[in-house]
Amino acid sequence: MSGERPARLPERDRPWMMRTYAGHSTAKASNELYRRNLAKGQTGLSIAFDLPTQTGYDPDDELARGEVGKVGVPISHRGDMAALMDGIPLDEMNTSMTINATAAWLLALYIVTAEQHGVAEEQLQGTTQNDIIKEFLARGTYAFPPAPSMRLIADMIAYTVEHVPRWNPINICSYHLQEAGATPVQEIAYAMSNAIAVLDAARERVEPERMEAVFGRISFFVNAGVRFIEEHAKLRAMSILWEQIGTERYGVQDPRHLRFRYGVQVNSLGLTEVQPENNVQRIVLEALAVTLGRDARARAIQLPAWNEALGLPRPWDQQWSLRIQQVLAYETDILEYGDIFEGSKVMDALVQELLEGARAEMDVVAQHGGAVEAVPYMKAALVDSHRERLRRIESGEQVVVGQNRFEETEQSPLTADAEGGILVVDPALEAEQIEEVRAWRSARDQAAVDGALAQLAEAARDEGGELNLMVPTIAAARAGATTGEWAATLRGVFGSYRAPTGVGEAAAGSSNGELTELRAEVERLQEQLGRRPKMLVGKPGLDGHSNGAEQVALRARDAGMDVVYDGIRLTPAQIAASALQEGVHVIGLSILSGSHRELIPAVMEALRERGVQAPVIVGGIIPEHDVPDLLKDGAAAVYTPKDFDITRIMREIVALLAAQAERPALAAGSAPA
Amino acid sequence: MSPDGAALAARLRERDLAAAPEALNLLESSGPEDRLQADALLAALSPAALGGEAPGHVVGVTGPPGAGKSTMLSALLAGWRARGRTVALLAVDPSSRRSGGSLLGDRARIEFDARDAGVLIRSSAAGERLGGLARSTAASADALAVAFDVVVIETVGVGQAETDVAEAADTVAVVVQPGAGDALQFLKSGIMEVPDVLVVTKADLGQLAVSARRDLSAALRSLGARSTPVVAISSLPPTSGIEELLDALELHRRSIDLAGRRTAARRARALREFLAEHGERGVRELGGRAEAERVLSTQDPGAEVPALIAALEGSPRA
Repeated sequence: MSGERPARLPERDRPWMMRTYAGHSTAKASNELYRRNLAKGQTGLSIAFDLPTQTGYDPDDELARGEVGKVGVPISHRGDMAALMDGIPLDEMNTSMTINATAAWLLALYIVTAEQHGVAEEQLQGTTQNDIIKEFLARGTYAFPPAPSMRLIADMIAYTVEHVPRWNPINICSYHLQEAGATPVQEIAYAMSNAIAVLDAARERVEPERMEAVFGRISFFVNAGVRFIEEHAKLRAMSILWEQIGTERYGVQDPRHLRFRYGVQVNSLGLTEVQPENNVQRIVLEALAVTLGRDARARAIQLPAWNEALGLPRPWDQQWSLRIQQVLAYETDILEYGDIFEGSKVMDALVQELLEGARAEMDVVAQHGGAVEAVPYMKAALVDSHRERLRRIESGEQVVVGQNRFEETEQSPLTADAEGGILVVDPALEAEQIEEVRAWRSARDQAAVDGALAQLAEAARDEGGELNLMVPTIAAARAGATTGEWAATLRGVFGSYRAPTGVGEAAAGSSNGELTELRAEVERLQEQLGRRPKMLVGKPGLDGHSNGAEQVALRARDAGMDVVYDGIRLTPAQIAASALQEGVHVIGLSILSGSHRELIPAVMEALRERGVQAPVIVGGIIPEHDVPDLLKDGAAAVYTPKDFDITRIMREIVALLAAQAERPALAAGSAPA
Repeated sequence: MSPDGAALAARLRERDLAAAPEALNLLESSGPEDRLQADALLAALSPAALGGEAPGHVVGVTGPPGAGKSTMLSALLAGWRARGRTVALLAVDPSSRRSGGSLLGDRARIEFDARDAGVLIRSSAAGERLGGLARSTAASADALAVAFDVVVIETVGVGQAETDVAEAADTVAVVVQPGAGDALQFLKSGIMEVPDVLVVTKADLGQLAVSARRDLSAALRSLGARSTPVVAISSLPPTSGIEELLDALELHRRSIDLAGRRTAARRARALREFLAEHGERGVRELGGRAEAERVLSTQDPGAEVPALIAALEGSPRA
């Protein structure tokens, strides 16, 4: 009888761990930010690394241009890590690092920094994200091919289970899958399939009796969208599946090890640039999805800031998000009750529905040979889901308040300041970081570094052998090697890799009246040009968030253009070479990392050098007040997150090309002979 | 205003690789004025005008999706560059043109140094044409072979794609992955013509690759094609078999009667394009296929395809 159970818990639950995903500019500036955040009641750290650090390049690498200190903190060596953690007690702190391809290296720097503070590695607590499959699928900050990437992860798991037992070596991320367009069923199925791939790889590297502990150390990093009832059901479904996988596949018996543990960052995809204050209530509701039901409550939460669709949040914006968590935990009664959904027929039915869908989709992934082999399949499925989501928003089927409904608005005072209500990183910092890393290299014992890197290369070549890569990685960190050197050494052995783009496999879009009309315009343009209009779509810089670029490429294809999709991580020289060689009529570039002010002029310069005259269209997270400058730099048009109607963008591009074709001097894609 | 075809041809004859993109723009165009300039460009680059066949080696690479062509081509590009060869790659994408448009994603998967002026990659859509090539691909390969040391035509498919490629390439390499029985079946049943070089990818798969290679070699022997090399490669580091493959491709090129093969290929292409333009009825009016072939055989062996088509069109009985 339910009446026998008291409604209230004998003791109020302890709040979840509260974090803010933070880091920017330099190690020193980020350290000051962390200390202030901790003073405000934050209970754990969540380190945001910049893109060069995430992808294994030093600040002075060509690919790092414009990205140093932008979306996170640059960490090149143990000196940087020591500055980042200065004055923070590493034996008490719980540190989460959003780091994947270079996770082993950043953990090594953390271990070496602790060692210098007299803190032993077995005392360290925290999480390295370390989920490479979702980097191939959604986020793009991979560095090595799949097989050696999985080996690095397995080696880290084997090492931490033995030497850093309180560390979560991997956070299986369903978060980014939702950001890439995953439905709840896809999010559950792909995350669980991914976890299975990791556990199977770890099983090859650890003693059988340790597998129970390994299973217990796997945690998840999930997403929660604004449909918060279904999102809560999703988390309940995940805990049921996880327990089932643990007992059935890995023979785990200890209930503590079988518990589904997750941290969360709620949805950023649904945040809008228009009427950005509405994002606050979206974030609050999403936070309810991961806190309401006690049986599936998050262990750690970080909330995005209201202005993430505009640019990088400032410390004050992030404080607002921390305060949302604190009001929820300390003012409301949410922590006083048992699971409030227990016995709910609606919740149980929702969970059942998601479980059935997820199990069926997991079978499909298994038929492809598991998550690693199924990356192209999953990627194409996500691109299709994302396209369907965009279609529903463009058609108004899915309401986004302020964007496709209730658009009338007063001027927002929040974005009225000169910077438009966001953080702008000083571009001069990049030059300082370049100087700094060069000074570091010239001051260290070079022979010791060379020796350590040689050992690392040897361990890397020992395929399937006994050598655990963490050991030489820690030695290289201690010797003073840099992030770029560590990654370059491994790239030298493993080779580099380009992930599948998912766009080639995506099916042709359904046509509607608008698209049919657009195709007719494209046909007319083809008559004018002599060739089918050809568009280059790509992403300069290190930012791997390719969802937007992929959707633009698909729509251009569906509109009847030939689209050269060049993928992510392109240098200005690569873009210029592609544009010239392919003879494209227009170039579409997408940048979400805030580095457009540096990268667009560099691309324009490279195009000029090669005599490419095709117009450049820029899209991404571009603050409104940067638009005039980009146009002055030579961009033909700039689209920001408020331009959600891709068909309209295509129509404007076609009109632009038609107008240019009228003027013969500019008609050809390349320079006159 | 159309670019000057003859001027572009002159630059290509001087091996000015920077002229290639614009020449390709011209050859792909269907604008009436562009077509005239394109014909002028091809005439100026014909073996008759050059006084011999274009020096470049045209290599056709074809195979089913997922066989590992892109990774292999990345490794081959590096190999050819290390041997001092300039390379142009014409990547023909099979993507359907239901909307008219196409997504050409292959470029993103091939690794090369963007600063290296000795490499050119051009993507195009196969379009409605059966057989795997874009309309202009063969003409593009003819033109680029004047300026580049190696011209690669990459297509997707097994069973029919290589027929079309064979009319444009000096050497055809079919790429298969271990465990894919299709190639074996197609080969045995005669659906697939015997390629000049057979490549088995993913040699790192060990036993599977070894047995794939053995089965293919056995099938080739049973078809009497004892001399067709079967090369096993692994394109992932540590790479293997790439040097052997480069050697096999070059050896094939040296072993054939290049002028004879190319003349025959040009004549076959001219007939096929005439057929596409004028239909069976057009061929009948010429006096049938045999008569068409006779007309072609009377032409200069070094004549370019547009000139051959013009000869057919201008033939007295047409």
